Amino acid sequence: MSVAKRIVIEPVTRVEGHGKVVILLDENKKVISARLHIVEFRGFERFIQGRPFWEVPVLVQRLCGICPVSHHLAAAKAMDRIVGGENLTPTAEKIRRLMHYGQMYQSHALHFFHLASPDLLFGFDADVAIRNVIGVAGKYPALAVQAVLMRKYGQEIIKATAGKKIHGTGAIPGGVNKNLSIAERDVFLRDADQQMTWAQSAVKIAKDYTVANLAKLAPFGSFDSNHLSLVRADGAMDLYHGNLRAIDAEGKVIFDQVDYQSYVDFIAEEVRDWSYMKFPFIRSIGPEKGWYRVGPLARLNTAKFIDTPLAEAARKEFIAVTSGKPNNLTMAYHWARMIELVHAMEKIHALLNDKDLQGTDLVVKGERREVGIGLLEAPRGTLFHHYKVDKNDQVVSANLIVSTTNNNEPMNRAVAKVAQDHLQGVEITEGLLNHVEVAIRAYDPCLSCATHALGQMPMELTLVDYQGQILDRKSRG
Amino acid sequence: MANKPKLATVSLAGCFGCHMSVLDIDDRILELIELVEFDRSPINDIKEIKGRCAVGIVEGGCCNEENVHVLKHFREHCDVLISTGDCATMGGIPALRNTIPLQECLEEAYLKGPTVYNPRGKLPNDPEIPLLLDKVYPCHEVVKMDYHLPGCPPSADTLWQALVALLTGKPIALPYELIKYD
Ligand code: SF4
Repeated sequence: MSVAKRIVIEPVTRVEGHGKVVILLDENKKVISARLHIVEFRGFERFIQGRPFWEVPVLVQRLCGICPVSHHLAAAKAMDRIVGGENLTPTAEKIRRLMHYGQMYQSHALHFFHLASPDLLFGFDADVAIRNVIGVAGKYPALAVQAVLMRKYGQEIIKATAGKKIHGTGAIPGGVNKNLSIAERDVFLRDADQQMTWAQSAVKIAKDYTVANLAKLAPFGSFDSNHLSLVRADGAMDLYHGNLRAIDAEGKVIFDQVDYQSYVDFIAEEVRDWSYMKFPFIRSIGPEKGWYRVGPLARLNTAKFIDTPLAEAARKEFIAVTSGKPNNLTMAYHWARMIELVHAMEKIHALLNDKDLQGTDLVVKGERREVGIGLLEAPRGTLFHHYKVDKNDQVVSANLIVSTTNNNEPMNRAVAKVAQDHLQGVEITEGLLNHVEVAIRAYDPCLSCATHALGQMPMELTLVDYQGQILDRKSRG
Repeated sequence: MANKPKLATVSLAGCFGCHMSVLDIDDRILELIELVEFDRSPINDIKEIKGRCAVGIVEGGCCNEENVHVLKHFREHCDVLISTGDCATMGGIPALRNTIPLQECLEEAYLKGPTVYNPRGKLPNDPEIPLLLDKVYPCHEVVKMDYHLPGCPPSADTLWQALVALLTGKPIALPYELIKYD
């Protein structure tokens, strides 16, 4: 099979970070291959070595500015174990949870309204000129204002708990460095009912859209897969803490209530030479068939129930569509995400009324350990942080499996499926190419933090500054 | 409205936090839309700058060949180019790798990690993924930058005041509290 045409979508837009899709077609316009390449590199696992461990929660969030709180808290949870402080005081745990739910709220609102909604509101192949959030603001101004204020609410909660909207410092090993004052709390309480109404209207938009277009959306970028997330001991959805649970496409349990301190025995990541992002899989099944999905869709599938009433009612409607079986539709991610938005807001509301937030017992310490593993459910899925720290308090090794990395194989499957269903044997237009991105966007990928590694290729490169001076010459291979 | 100045934004070796800080201007975003027309930006689907831009916002430094191409393209098409945030201004956290040989970082990520499965011991190496520079370079070492806004990220107020001044032809006068390195 010879390649007759190479189509490149670069950069993939309205996602966070840097990705590129390459589709190869033969002379009969048949798809030979379709891949999402991750083109970004950081080198975090190596350059973190030697840094003091208490610096890590602040440093590591610079991997991702859309969900810095997720990295901040996952690293803090790992460092809790290093200082023997994993049994947080009630105030510390609740402040962290409030920060996390605020993050979930702003990130889900951002993704749905600012990034994905143009495809849903205007159509996958709408004019590029309006197919963006500014187009949405032009046509649906009330919705745009609501989107901005929902994101702002979440960001303000982060600021009140972490000190800053982006890259805060609130969580420290063994606890937090501030509580929430009554004055800060009252500002959020005042707006809580309005936010709850908006969150419920968002879930309605996502549900109505999905149900009304089910025939078209069901096959779109879809395939069967395993699903993985943390769940609480009683099987409830828990976004901040829990044990690992994995199920297959039919809902059969692969493993359940696994203590994540032993995640290495259950999860591995395959290296493929055409992407800087690794491909995780469940060890007992192997790389071929052991890959899985994470994030809102996976969480709706793995959780036995949601412990807040409005989100639970929304979940029941969601699972009714697939008669209680796991939902494997890529485009159902949006609906699942909005159910979590409601859940996050319900949790925020309950926490705001909890007196523990004004407590003053903020930090605990216990017996020092050398290994710390911290997991949580970030907006985009299960996030793994794993560190070793020596006696001098310096980090000696780090292993991260970032949420989006878990979805690497699924995103590639979605790209291949859409390419086969929509790009074969036809005249390829910009609107058709956007179909590929629509499928990627369903996963709300965060491609900048997914790739903290470096690569190398056999070629030569010279970096010249604006005055023509050679800064760097590299030759490899 | 015709003849609005154009604004282009890009994230190079950054974390998107600076872009998020632009969104943190909150409802002022609606005023911003009145002031400018967006050209290439991650929030729309314009993949390459289409017209002459008054202002270009660059987040992140340069860590690979692709970053360098894009930055040069921005320089050619933007009247004013702003290094936004510590990464663009001085490399930021990604530049922590500058003291470490590339090979060591590769081996750490693709051969050594406790969850790595790599039976053939291969490292990523494909014409579709860009060549890395040995170091992360701040933007002004690659092209001329007109302004530098420090902060990780610069606050929404910093970005707002700088942008409005530039777009309305006024001098940028940022009070001390808005200039912050962290
Ligand atoms: S300066 Fe900070 S917020 Fe901006 S891209 Fe760099 S790490 Fe992210």
